[in-house]
Amino acid sequence: MSVPSRAKPVFYDSAELSNPAIEELREVWNYRNLIYQLTRRDILSRYKRSILGVAWTMLNPLGMMLVLTIAFSELFRFQTEYSYAGYVLSGLMVWNFFSQTTTASMVNLVWGGGLLHRIYVPRTSFALAAMLTGVVNFILSLVPLLLVFLITRVPFSPTILIFPIPLLLLVCFSLGVGLLISTLAVYFPDVSEMYSIAMLGWMYLTPVIYPESVLPQNYQFWITHLNPMYYMVKLFRIVVYYGDLPSLMELLPAVLIALVTLAIGWTVFTKKAGEFAYRI
Amino acid sequence: MMDAMNNQDLHDDEVIRIENVSVKFTAPSEQFNTFKEYAIRWLQHKVQHCSFLALDQVSFSVNRSEVFGIIGNNGAGKSTLLKLIARVLRPTSGRVRVRGRVAPLLELGAGFHPELSGRENVYLNGAMLGFSRSEMDRKFNGIVEFSEVGDFIDAPLRTYSSGMWARLGFSVAIDVDPDILILDEILSVGDESFQRKCLDRIAQFRDGDATILLVSHNMSLIESMCKRAVWLDHGKVMGVGDARDIVKEYRKAQKSA
Repeated sequence: MSVPSRAKPVFYDSAELSNPAIEELREVWNYRNLIYQLTRRDILSRYKRSILGVAWTMLNPLGMMLVLTIAFSELFRFQTEYSYAGYVLSGLMVWNFFSQTTTASMVNLVWGGGLLHRIYVPRTSFALAAMLTGVVNFILSLVPLLLVFLITRVPFSPTILIFPIPLLLLVCFSLGVGLLISTLAVYFPDVSEMYSIAMLGWMYLTPVIYPESVLPQNYQFWITHLNPMYYMVKLFRIVVYYGDLPSLMELLPAVLIALVTLAIGWTVFTKKAGEFAYRI
Repeated sequence: MMDAMNNQDLHDDEVIRIENVSVKFTAPSEQFNTFKEYAIRWLQHKVQHCSFLALDQVSFSVNRSEVFGIIGNNGAGKSTLLKLIARVLRPTSGRVRVRGRVAPLLELGAGFHPELSGRENVYLNGAMLGFSRSEMDRKFNGIVEFSEVGDFIDAPLRTYSSGMWARLGFSVAIDVDPDILILDEILSVGDESFQRKCLDRIAQFRDGDATILLVSHNMSLIESMCKRAVWLDHGKVMGVGDARDIVKEYRKAQKSA
């Protein structure tokens, strides 16, 4: 038998796809360099022509925080345990991660989808790269967060160091949602428009810019415990802002939500991915 | 994917085998752009689909280091066939097996980003073809040299002329040394001297171990380059075999039509 000329024999059989979800995992590993390169492209190209460059990743949430702090802590006089600025910035980081990465997964697939007609790449690459870009941005914006903590005298606690756990759960949840709405957006382009509105509504239903305590007692349960993002925001705040370790009842729902959403999103997306090139 | 059993099903020399492949495109006969429209129609049981066969029971195989031509009129299913081989589409029925890495030269510089430098784009494009960073490190100099973009390699792509852009795209695809190269009407890149260089490179490929799929409306090119060819018409195979014979049959059919 002739020996294949390259080290890695590549073999494709259209009939052999018993489990697309598992198959996709293997392909993602083979194409890990692509995901790295896409992430690099997203980060570099976004700020390429601006003078301050990547510094915008940090300035952006800071500016948002400043506006919100002036608007809400002065106007509405929200009471938070430590500074309102620290409260709102820590919440915004989580929310922005979620809204930006899920939107990017969808947009990259639908608009960058011309690529899918020309060449095979694992379809989840776009969403994975969006997550990785989000993680880089998230970690960069820890710098202004800590700065705000320092200035507004939010006490530092060593529990800040376990921020990767809430972040990881956030990534899983966002990836699951991102894959689900990407699948929908392939079939119904309107979804991308609806999504930005839905995100705005969802943000106001989540205690991101206001403290939980302002919610009327009779809605409080519905807005908090039935809202997946409530757990994600809360978990990050517990370790970073409040300086506590999460209790089991705070951690467990977040873990469950993240993993179940990811499993559903991954399965649905990979099952439908074979049809995408017919649609985009 | 790398199941040894199936791998051995193909003859040692066979790199592509297409068996009874059909591709059916289904589209709603109306375009639904919104959920609302769709939901209303669905409730009324009025979502109607029309479908057509882009490929109909197509079978053939391609051997290692062969230049294989694909001919046919527009709409014959040539592009669909290439997409199947490039793994972009999955067949509705039938089976496609491909051994080796496929590099499609479908549209040059696909996925290039104008704000990134030539260097960054070369690495990105290589990654899209499934190459690791270290593999690209090794290929990089050859790619730059072939593309003749010179010092521009570190300038953003938006500063390139369209010719430079296309040359860089071609150089990446051809210099990544794929096992199977898909050439879809691409020999119109750059000036004449660059075209000559491309043809030389393709000939070099053919003499090596690579397989080339050539799609063209230029029959003399098919005759001169290809050993075998397939002729498609409305998704059906009209003939497979020696390229000269197939071209002769195709021409005869064109005249009588």
